[in-house]
Amino acid sequence: MSDFPFLLLMIAVPAIGAAVVAGLPKGRDELARQISLALSGVVLLLAVLATVAFDVDGDRFQLTTEFAWIPDFGVSVALGVDGIALVMLLLIGVLVPIVIGASWKDTAAGIGDVATDRRSMKAYFAWLLLLEAMMVGVFAATDVFLFYVFFEAMLVPMYFIIGSFGGPRRQYAAVKFFLYSLVGGLIMLAAVIGLYVVSNSQLGEGTFAFDALRQLEIDPGVQKLLFLGFFIAFAIKAPLVPFHTWLPDSGSEAPIGGAVLLVGVLDKVGTFGFLRYCLPLFPDASRYFAPFVLVLAVIGILYAALLAMGQSDMKRLVSYTSISHFGFIALGIFAFTHEAATGAVLYMVNHGIATGLLFLVVGMVIARGGSRQIGDYGGLAAAAPLLGGAFLVAGLASLALPGTNSFVSEFLVLIGSFPSQPVFTIIATVGIILAALYVLLMYQRTMHGPPRGVLLQTDPAEPVPAGGGGATALATAPARTALRVHDLDRRELAVVTPLIALIIALGVYPQPLLNLIEPAVAATMSDLGGSDR
Amino acid sequence: MTLTHYLVLAAILFTIGAVGVLVRRNAIVVFMCVELMLNSVNLTLVTFARSTGTIDGQIMAFFVMVVAAAEVVIGLAIIMSIYRTRRSASVDDANLLKY
Amino acid sequence: METLPAEGLLASSWLLIALPLVGAAVLLLGGRRTDRWGHLLGTATVVAAFVLGLLYTFELSGLQEPRVSVDLFTFISSGDLDVRAGLLYDPLSAAFVLLITGVGSLIHVYSIGYMAHDPARRRFFAYLNLFVAAMLLLVLGNSFVALYVGWEGVGLASYLLIAFWYTRPAAATAAKKAFIMNRVGDVGLALAIFLMFAQLGTTDYDGVFGEIGTLAGGTVTAIGLLLLLGACGKSGQFPLQAWLPDAMEGPTPVSALIHAATMVTAGVYLIARCAPIYDETPTARTVVLAVGALTLLIGAIAGCAYDDIKKVLAYSTVSQIGYMFLAVGLGPAGYVAGLAHLYAHGFFKAGLFLGAGSVMHAMNDQVDMRRYGGLWKKMPITFATFGLGYLALIGIFPLAGYWTKDAIIEAAVDLGDVWGWVLGGAGILGAGLTAFYMTRLMLMTFFGRPRWEEGVHPHESPSVMTVPMIVLAVGSVASGFLLVSLFPLTDWMEPVFGEPEEPAHVIAPLTVALIVTAVSLVGVLLAWLFVGRREVPVTAPVRVSPVTRAARNALYADTINESLFMRPGQWLTRALVFFDNRGVDGAVNGMAAALGGSSSRLGRTQTGFVRTYALGMLGGAVLVAGALLAVTAG
Repeated sequence: MSDFPFLLLMIAVPAIGAAVVAGLPKGRDELARQISLALSGVVLLLAVLATVAFDVDGDRFQLTTEFAWIPDFGVSVALGVDGIALVMLLLIGVLVPIVIGASWKDTAAGIGDVATDRRSMKAYFAWLLLLEAMMVGVFAATDVFLFYVFFEAMLVPMYFIIGSFGGPRRQYAAVKFFLYSLVGGLIMLAAVIGLYVVSNSQLGEGTFAFDALRQLEIDPGVQKLLFLGFFIAFAIKAPLVPFHTWLPDSGSEAPIGGAVLLVGVLDKVGTFGFLRYCLPLFPDASRYFAPFVLVLAVIGILYAALLAMGQSDMKRLVSYTSISHFGFIALGIFAFTHEAATGAVLYMVNHGIATGLLFLVVGMVIARGGSRQIGDYGGLAAAAPLLGGAFLVAGLASLALPGTNSFVSEFLVLIGSFPSQPVFTIIATVGIILAALYVLLMYQRTMHGPPRGVLLQTDPAEPVPAGGGGATALATAPARTALRVHDLDRRELAVVTPLIALIIALGVYPQPLLNLIEPAVAATMSDLGGSDR
Repeated sequence: MTLTHYLVLAAILFTIGAVGVLVRRNAIVVFMCVELMLNSVNLTLVTFARSTGTIDGQIMAFFVMVVAAAEVVIGLAIIMSIYRTRRSASVDDANLLKY
Repeated sequence: METLPAEGLLASSWLLIALPLVGAAVLLLGGRRTDRWGHLLGTATVVAAFVLGLLYTFELSGLQEPRVSVDLFTFISSGDLDVRAGLLYDPLSAAFVLLITGVGSLIHVYSIGYMAHDPARRRFFAYLNLFVAAMLLLVLGNSFVALYVGWEGVGLASYLLIAFWYTRPAAATAAKKAFIMNRVGDVGLALAIFLMFAQLGTTDYDGVFGEIGTLAGGTVTAIGLLLLLGACGKSGQFPLQAWLPDAMEGPTPVSALIHAATMVTAGVYLIARCAPIYDETPTARTVVLAVGALTLLIGAIAGCAYDDIKKVLAYSTVSQIGYMFLAVGLGPAGYVAGLAHLYAHGFFKAGLFLGAGSVMHAMNDQVDMRRYGGLWKKMPITFATFGLGYLALIGIFPLAGYWTKDAIIEAAVDLGDVWGWVLGGAGILGAGLTAFYMTRLMLMTFFGRPRWEEGVHPHESPSVMTVPMIVLAVGSVASGFLLVSLFPLTDWMEPVFGEPEEPAHVIAPLTVALIVTAVSLVGVLLAWLFVGRREVPVTAPVRVSPVTRAARNALYADTINESLFMRPGQWLTRALVFFDNRGVDGAVNGMAAALGGSSSRLGRTQTGFVRTYALGMLGGAVLVAGALLAVTAG
């Protein structure tokens, strides 16, 4: 069973599917949706089967597939997963079908919340499938060069998803996203080549294989340079403050489905990279730079949380909350303790689920009101209780309430970081107050209070006022309470229910995931020279 | 005739060619000046080949000639087509290829 | 003391939490299908939990070592951290289980009547069930992590219930405020847990309490103070007291159950549970004492000035929990006294709130006491039960408050020296103020001339509401005598807090009791002089003394919070948004613009003239040749 090429199939199925969907004749959008959903379902099934086939007590990398690609430079197509990568593949497997389901009703006339030009919907689904293939590849690669290729190739579908199907400022956001990532990627390329050179001089022949590179004894000075090369790329991707400003733009302009995958999975490549490449390959440099990274992480937690409070655009707000959460993940990784690193990995998964749900629900709110401004809403919970409930669950998961999955990971990160980094942990813990503030502020303004904004429009054709100013003008006419907002329909329920179930299930019984993650984290810690606790 | 004489002659030819390229406007003249420079280089190559007794320089000179011949064909064709559209053979009139 | 795994009946004590949790889940997921019978299911689960709690308590009392644990499953296990989900059943948690499910059952029954006309009654019962489940987890958990889960769980339930009528902006804001201020306290609790793990490598009660003596004094004090911060947040103690009065925006049964009888006493539970920690750190205990004494006065002073009946009761709660903090801060001498007062308070304050709810029900949800008056004739049962609660609260012999509050003041006085006088004095002064504001409330509500708004026709509430009030009134009368004298709580709690020491009385207990009663009677008299003798104006007088103004503003707690945290926070947020857009993003966009600008400037040099390029090439070639010459010649 373990010889079955799960990983190769998980890349090939959506990649071929993308080609098929893109090649469909014009106007067959319905078929494109069905094919996409079916294929992403196959990937989910493969991910689940791979998890079953994965032996927790076995080798570090399992389900491996390897064949030469550019033998002259020691490049091979080497795929394999440890527990960390495996849980990320599961996350991808779960999120993509949900995103496709959430985008089901998106039409060429408007993707979710934003009116677009007449664009082909099948292209959107083709890009989504290609993105899925690239994301699987980036987590499954065990060859550094292959990782780099997927790392860069991932940008292409995302660029088109944002740039072709996004909001009014999509071009700006897409170019910004692309340039930021490309700069980081090129710096990483230099470091990848540097690694090759070092391996060439130490092993006699150059290699990109992760397991071989892990054994190198790199000179501390060189380590620092190579570390920085990888670190900057990952810090942009994660993103850490001050490399973060592309995310609010991309997160708010991307269509909801793209935003979910962007924040839920794509950004995790950065934190995954810290754990997979920075720590094991450059242990000395990691320790040298750790205080610096921790400062950035803690600043990010508080700074982004405060910024989130100051946003009037819901999607920007959620993007900023993610930056704050990434600070927690970075803290957990660079605290260098087993518990904190485990927490950080779990945080990556949980954040994907919780923020994914938050983005989806925000998208459903926006789809009803046609505006991203918080000020245009109010009192929605009374008109759409299911929507309000889903919003609340997503918000509570985002503020890491016990009983939701995020609590477990945030708790692990903080309690694990405390023994080695008490000062940073204490400051970071203050962040949980701010998290409560930004979530509840948004929830109160949109869901509580008397009906406002879009709820008061009697005529659906009436344009939605832009900005917060219009809402107050409308609120002066409470007599026109025509609750035209409909609650979640069956399709939307089917989209949010699995995520809510996961949030609660993983909040009460996270141990199965932790069991998968534990051995991989232990291996990483031993590469690093032991946990600091 | 010493080595120096040949080299001085080549330098003079090259200088004439370079100055010609810089100061003349007529594309044909500029073109011929370029040829002059190539030939001065050829002369130098052959001179050194002769003085060291190897044939490397002579072979290089043949390559230069071949390239020069190819260049003449393409270059004259370009000049012809520019002349057809602009009714002028002045290099200063063909200045559209910028930023 | 050894903790043994539970056997027999007690092994099923997880049912206590599961029952209301299932109730909440069914009501929330069932949707409108459960509207017709939802409230009955919600009540049934809590009553069933109460019956179970009684059985478990009997079972526990028969054990040689009444401290058993129920191990459920591995919650979080990673590296050295191993958190198991498990319950601890001992006399302390048993007492809380009975209080929570007992008062909870009564209030569920009451709510059937109180919320009868609310279209969202099912949701209300779901939240109440959720609260009961979380609160039971809080008191039953066998580790600090389980406590924390329950701790934030009750915070969530409190948030949902305060914001139950969320279309009212005041309710939504109050709920958010409560949650945020609780979270401030939660940070303290969380950090205490982190510190325990870092120092002791464990978070369960047995591990922490067993090893706490091995830690340095400073660390124990830090843990004690952090736990206190958590307790202050949940229990509305200084400096985190401001949320509790606002929480009265929730439906009155919520105020009775959560914001009077159970949740807000969680802080007292925490400190009593952590007695082994506080016994090691006199410093932290002194801070607990100071917080308790200060809060009991702040609450009592603010209670004197408000006209909103629920806010007066809320400040009274703040003040009474101050008494409990004072008691548990005293250490072994006061733990049981504090818990006895907690119990008695649970009865009479819940009764008072239910009475207030009954009054509001009759007065079309009017809360302004200046609009009440003369209600005793119209609502005899409410008046009688409320009156008994009132007498119990101000501590009239032989009602509950007399026994329990006196015990606290005696214990405080017994400290001796200056502290004894200061704390005892604060307790006595607080008793006088309590008598004053409660008498004022009684007089304004039930006596005097009716000042009702037009169209209000007060009527007695239905029996589904009055019966719980009667039961609670009986508790208010009897609980003090029962717990202090007849079946002393001291004996029941002995396995937890050890054998009580014989107190060295500085002043004879009888003298203290007489002083307290005398001061209380003075308070009653003053209230009668100020309020009872005169006509109560329908609108509050504007020209009042600075003291009254300060009391009406709750000693400016909100003002301080706003000017110290909220406004600077908002300012900071705005400044950072500006900084991020202009500074950080500006730098990035500026760099892009600079690159673009310089490229177009450099592009100008490309004139398109062939001969310029040729000159450039020649210059370059000469430069290279010159450099080569210089290198080879030099």
